[in-house]
Amino acid sequence: MEGLIALMIGVMTAAGVFLTLRGRTFPVVLGLTLLAYAVNVFLFAMGRLQTGVPAVIREGVTQYADPLPQALVLTAIVIAFGMTAFLIVLALKARSEMGNDHVDGTHQPIDEISKKQSYHSKH
Amino acid sequence: MQYLIEIVSPHLPILPLLLPLMAGMLVLLVANKGITWQRTISLVATLGLFVMAIASFTFSLEGSIQIYALGNWQAPFGIVMVLDQLSALMLVLVALLAVTALWFAIRQNIDSQGAHFHPLFQVQLFGLNGAFLTGDLFNLFVFFEVLLLASYGLLLHGGGRHKTKAGLHYVVLNLIGSTLFLFAVGTLYGILGTLNIADMGQRITQLATEDQGVVAVAGLMLLLVFGLKAAMFPLYLWLPHAYSHTTAPVAALFAIMTKVGLYAIIRVHGTLFGEQAGELAGIHTPWVLGLGLITLIMAAMGALAAKFLRQQIAYLVLASVATLLIASALPGVESLAALLFYLIHSTFIAAGFFLLAYFILQGRGQKTDQLVRAYSMPNAILIGSFFVFAAVAISGLPPLSGFFGKLLILSSALEHPLFFGILAVVLISGLLMIIALAKSGSQIFYHILKKEADHSIRHCNTHDGTCQLSLAGIGSVVILFSISVWLVVFAHPTHKTLNSVAQQTLDRTQYQQQVLNFTPIANSRKELVE
Repeated sequence: MEGLIALMIGVMTAAGVFLTLRGRTFPVVLGLTLLAYAVNVFLFAMGRLQTGVPAVIREGVTQYADPLPQALVLTAIVIAFGMTAFLIVLALKARSEMGNDHVDGTHQPIDEISKKQSYHSKH
Repeated sequence: MQYLIEIVSPHLPILPLLLPLMAGMLVLLVANKGITWQRTISLVATLGLFVMAIASFTFSLEGSIQIYALGNWQAPFGIVMVLDQLSALMLVLVALLAVTALWFAIRQNIDSQGAHFHPLFQVQLFGLNGAFLTGDLFNLFVFFEVLLLASYGLLLHGGGRHKTKAGLHYVVLNLIGSTLFLFAVGTLYGILGTLNIADMGQRITQLATEDQGVVAVAGLMLLLVFGLKAAMFPLYLWLPHAYSHTTAPVAALFAIMTKVGLYAIIRVHGTLFGEQAGELAGIHTPWVLGLGLITLIMAAMGALAAKFLRQQIAYLVLASVATLLIASALPGVESLAALLFYLIHSTFIAAGFFLLAYFILQGRGQKTDQLVRAYSMPNAILIGSFFVFAAVAISGLPPLSGFFGKLLILSSALEHPLFFGILAVVLISGLLMIIALAKSGSQIFYHILKKEADHSIRHCNTHDGTCQLSLAGIGSVVILFSISVWLVVFAHPTHKTLNSVAQQTLDRTQYQQQVLNFTPIANSRKELVE
């Protein structure tokens, strides 16, 4: 189980880093989401992996899972969720204000691009 | 009065958090009653915060560290707020900066240019105060997120293409930073089994040899995150863009944002990798010193190459952070006291300079603050005098506080093996900054177009073509700049106070003992439940 979890975190992080380095905003958002997933699983695994044990004190139970990483993950999920939502709105705003969806946003009004495209399609 | 103090004083570590949070919510509730309501509540709350911060600071100077256990949970198990002299000093800086920035925004009508300036402003203060007060690493992450989310909103306030582009970069970079923060926190928790900063500092002394490598990796990863916040080379590229395109009061408030990263390095790395940490002691200092020196050079070059004034000021902010990073890598009480002196000076001067740039921008019409030839602006002598003051202070020339700050830092570095390297970099970058400021100052105030030229290119919309300049809110600039004079006139008592702050900050064992031996308040009803 440990190997599988480690591999999963590794793959997600690698994919996240790759997508974050892309030039357009949509892959970047996806990449950040993947990174957030990876770090959530990582935080969870830091409480040591166990199956079938409760995190909250119960009568007659001697083995417990560490409850703290679960609380941390819960907080991290909420924050990542909010941040991603904000980033998507900001990316849309950037798309409409800069006329394209490049992260570096070299300014080119939409009209010119569409004119060129229609010009090419006609000829 | 005595009664009031007795009631309030045990809650001093939590009140600077509750006040802006409540004020932020309240401002949101009265949003449709008009801007006057919002302004009144926001201003009153910020003034209250300032009084509270002063009270916290005078209280903390008595010597003991005040602990506030949230939910009455004892230290390593629950989250604690810790009010020591360093935190209290940072609270005072935040509050004074907030009051002046808010006053300026109200007087110049900047807060009504977009929605929700005041709620965002208050939440920003909530996040900043939280980051300075918390004694828990994960709680620090949460407050970082709070202050970042508010700063995203404030950065974009007023709208515009440049702001959106700068904001997008800022948000993406900080989201990556947050992810790294979580990786580092997770690793540290996995090895040390605690998130309380004081407890981590103790556990690290009993660390098994095979675990030291992992902790070192996590510690340096944290340095990367804090370095991103503090704009350390090579993670500074977002700063000039973001700071130079946002509105003046927001840029002024952001003068403290880079110092949050610096504070986190002093607090977290100082406690975790202090002298007691054995082989891991001081693992971050060579990095901070080296990267700080490089940042300083890059910042000076950037100031020389800047195309408009606000960009130049942004690079000067970067230079001040770099100087502080260098100082934070030097050992000893003296260097930390010097760092705090320079921190107070640089925060207020940079903030005042950003506000001043707004007047210059208004007075020059469509040429804004670009460093090109334009017509002379109204009140040029007054604004020009302020400019000279700011330039002298920020570049570290005598007789203002920048000179004394740099002198203190350099004299505390005398024993350092790399002293001549540090001296050379600090002095040469200082010279480059003086050249840059002299160049831009003469460009703006002396190298002006003649009056009789063509009226059609006067670039201002008034009937005779002269630009209108409202001096409303210049009181903020005066207050911010007068701190520099104050620091010089009262240099000795200030330095003595800062020495005591530095001493308490570096006394890690006292910090750890006070935090970990804190017993929760006895609850009489608890026995009834049991």
